[in-house]
Amino acid sequence: MSAGAPRGLASSGQKPITEILHPLSAAEETLSPGPDVTVSGGGEKDSGLTNGTPVETSSPASASLLFNRLQLDDDLDGDARDLYASTETRDLFVTVDDPKKHVSTMETYITYRVSTKTTRIEFDLPEYCMRRRYQDFDWLRIKLEDSQPTHLIPPLPEKFVMKGVVDRFSEEFVETRMKALDKFLKRVADHPVLSFNPHLNAFLSAKDLNKRQGLALLTKVGESVKHVAGGYKLRTRPPEFCAMGEYLDTFAQKLGTIDRIAQRILKEQSEYVTELREYGTVYSSWAGSEEELRRPLEGVAGCVTTCCGALEDLSENMSQDFLPVLREYVLYIESMKNVLRKRDQSQAEYEGRLEAAILRKQEDRTPMPVEVEKCQDKVECFNADLKADWERWQSNKRQDFKQLLTGIADKNINHYEKWFPTCLAWSTPYKLLLKIILKN
Amino acid sequence: MSEGWNDALRMRPGSPPTSGKQKRMAEDGKDDSVATDDDSDLTAADGSLNNTMVEEGSTLLRRMEICVAEAEKRSGKNAVSMQETFTVYLIETRPMDAVAEGRNPAPDSLWRRYSEFELLRNYLIVTYPYIVVPPLPEKRAEFVWHKLSADNMDPDFVERRRVGLENFLLRVASHPVLSNDKILYHFLTEEHGWKEVVYETGFQAKADSRLRALSATFRVRNPDKRFMEMKHYSDELQSHTSQLLRARARVADRLYGVYKVHGNYGRVFSEWSAIEKEMGDGLQSAGHHMDAYAASIDDILEEEEHYADQLKEYLSYAEALRAVCRKHELAQFELEMASQDLISKKQQREELATGIVRTFSFKGMTNKLFGQEAPEQREAKLKLLEELITEGEETVKEKTVECEEHVERAWVDMQRFKEQKDKDLREALINYAVMQISMCKKGIQVWSNAKECFLKM
Repeated sequence: MSAGAPRGLASSGQKPITEILHPLSAAEETLSPGPDVTVSGGGEKDSGLTNGTPVETSSPASASLLFNRLQLDDDLDGDARDLYASTETRDLFVTVDDPKKHVSTMETYITYRVSTKTTRIEFDLPEYCMRRRYQDFDWLRIKLEDSQPTHLIPPLPEKFVMKGVVDRFSEEFVETRMKALDKFLKRVADHPVLSFNPHLNAFLSAKDLNKRQGLALLTKVGESVKHVAGGYKLRTRPPEFCAMGEYLDTFAQKLGTIDRIAQRILKEQSEYVTELREYGTVYSSWAGSEEELRRPLEGVAGCVTTCCGALEDLSENMSQDFLPVLREYVLYIESMKNVLRKRDQSQAEYEGRLEAAILRKQEDRTPMPVEVEKCQDKVECFNADLKADWERWQSNKRQDFKQLLTGIADKNINHYEKWFPTCLAWSTPYKLLLKIILKN
Repeated sequence: MSEGWNDALRMRPGSPPTSGKQKRMAEDGKDDSVATDDDSDLTAADGSLNNTMVEEGSTLLRRMEICVAEAEKRSGKNAVSMQETFTVYLIETRPMDAVAEGRNPAPDSLWRRYSEFELLRNYLIVTYPYIVVPPLPEKRAEFVWHKLSADNMDPDFVERRRVGLENFLLRVASHPVLSNDKILYHFLTEEHGWKEVVYETGFQAKADSRLRALSATFRVRNPDKRFMEMKHYSDELQSHTSQLLRARARVADRLYGVYKVHGNYGRVFSEWSAIEKEMGDGLQSAGHHMDAYAASIDDILEEEEHYADQLKEYLSYAEALRAVCRKHELAQFELEMASQDLISKKQQREELATGIVRTFSFKGMTNKLFGQEAPEQREAKLKLLEELITEGEETVKEKTVECEEHVERAWVDMQRFKEQKDKDLREALINYAVMQISMCKKGIQVWSNAKECFLKM
């Protein structure tokens, strides 16, 4: 449970293997648009990357296949290179996919396949493939929070769902949740400190997590007691942390607003589609009583129908991909605020102890107690970790939102591109006919 | 039909140098409306000019250029001495040959209000019951979606009405039959005293009573099948166009909502950009594009109103078509009644002459009860009957001619109408598709721009 400096990355001795395994080193990394995740049951495709930006690569099992399956996204190429300009070589790749339903006498639940590929010596094997359920992810997160209290732990998707309101086993729900879990794991695996956490190791490689669960609970209780017990009041918060707090508050607010706007758009779009369908049927039924006008009327009816379909796709996309990511970021912000609070507490504790110690020193000249020094260390480490994490977080946030918003723009463009060809198709021959008549 | 197109080209009014003119035919002036090719002036929103068949005779429009140039508010005292505000429309005319020769004389002009147009139309309907008379733009704003005003004084409504009135005049003036009417000519050229002239024609007396017409519909025995089919069609046309207009208004409402909500993105992106460093610029610009997106719906829907106006015209046309069919029913019914009357009178004569009562009659009964009349009385009655029968035969002849003429002339005009309708509505639908395509292209443009901004975040 060290809050010390991040450990060094995997040694460069691994490089050759790394390169073969994953040809997309920092200089050539690419992004695929939209927060897609490899969902299919196919065991070949793997994505492993930072912060939920999956890249399609083939299985490292075959080097030649790798180069064939490279996918370059033209649009985002340049920017991708910017982001991953850091010279970190990745040596831990994780993916969450392949949801499966398990039915037992006691309960029904979903498990996900967690695949790992790594060259790190902390792991016994280079590859792992485990089945984990949400509970296990939750366990991991708790362990991480306990063991790395000075670091920002990425959030998990919502734990509880109201039964009857949301179907926990519906395809959409499971897929949304899986994408969020994948993102969570990738963010952890990407973190220079968290990724070396033994609990992560266990999560990724141990057959049985249950044994540790009991222990976890105990430790959790112990930690929280420690934190609360102090009851110290903070005097002055350093300005950079104040700024962080303010930023987070405003940011959360804006995200909330965007969420509301998106929901409103969905509502309006759905009502629009309803009216549009009715509108289309009127054209069709009119076509029935006409001779010359039948084809044009049916043409318009066809356009309208296509438009409805395209709109429904767009709406589905917004609710499946856009909204969940927004909401998850709100959770992320909450986590970050929590960490800020913990930092405040630890500073408060230090200041409190320091004050007490100074008073005592003045009275009976005892030397500065060790706890106070420990506290000071703790605060300084905390501050340093937090600042580093903050930078990472900001950078990742920028990428995530760039991707998210670009995705929504793309979907809107696609929606229009879907239905205007239909209009073009039926009306063009008539326009040409018109031109011929006019030329006479 | 191609002849009609060429005539349309020649007949098309130019743009006399008066201000504030925005003709429907000059929609081509608008960048993003209608077809993109330069024949757009003929694919005018209403296609009014473009397809009235000009066969024989030179219609008024050939000789004279007509347009409704402006609208103005006036106040005055009305019939019951109450102060009222109303709108008048400026009708301008110029002789065609002057235009063709390149001279540009100042147009003659006069002001008319909507009620005068109505009077003209009523006169035409009564005077030419076998013609599908072009309709006026709607009296009150109907099928409004929430943003549109239902107020008759609203400037947009007035403008659309101006265009509709011009359209009406052009259609009437290019009609092979209606264009020759003197009253129409007076309407266009004599500002004062026109109303009196119209009333003097006594057309109001000739108007068929509603009740008579309705009764005819129910009681007529042998109406022309083609007219019955046409009447049925007019019902369908009316039903479909009104359904379409209602549905379109609802769709417009919803579409407006969708676009406008996106404007909120503009605001929130702007606020968000204030707390961001690197992302700030991209977000801010993207926000502007979202604002543009939200604003774009206003133009889109305004253009669609022209489409709606075309549909409304044909909604009213359906009514005019039905009126012609009803007139046939009435004429046929009156013929049947006259024939029936003649037959019964002839029967009466026979009974009186032979003394044999074939059918039950009140007279027969009273004869039995009170005895027959004196021979002098019978003679008198017989003589009267003969006169009535002669009259009756005349009536039947007249009614037959009336009916046949009506059928003949109405059928011709209904065919003309059908072709006009097919052409106009086909164009309207094509233009609608063009509008849809344009809307898509705009949408793609805006979101592509926004995407560019996001990529720069």
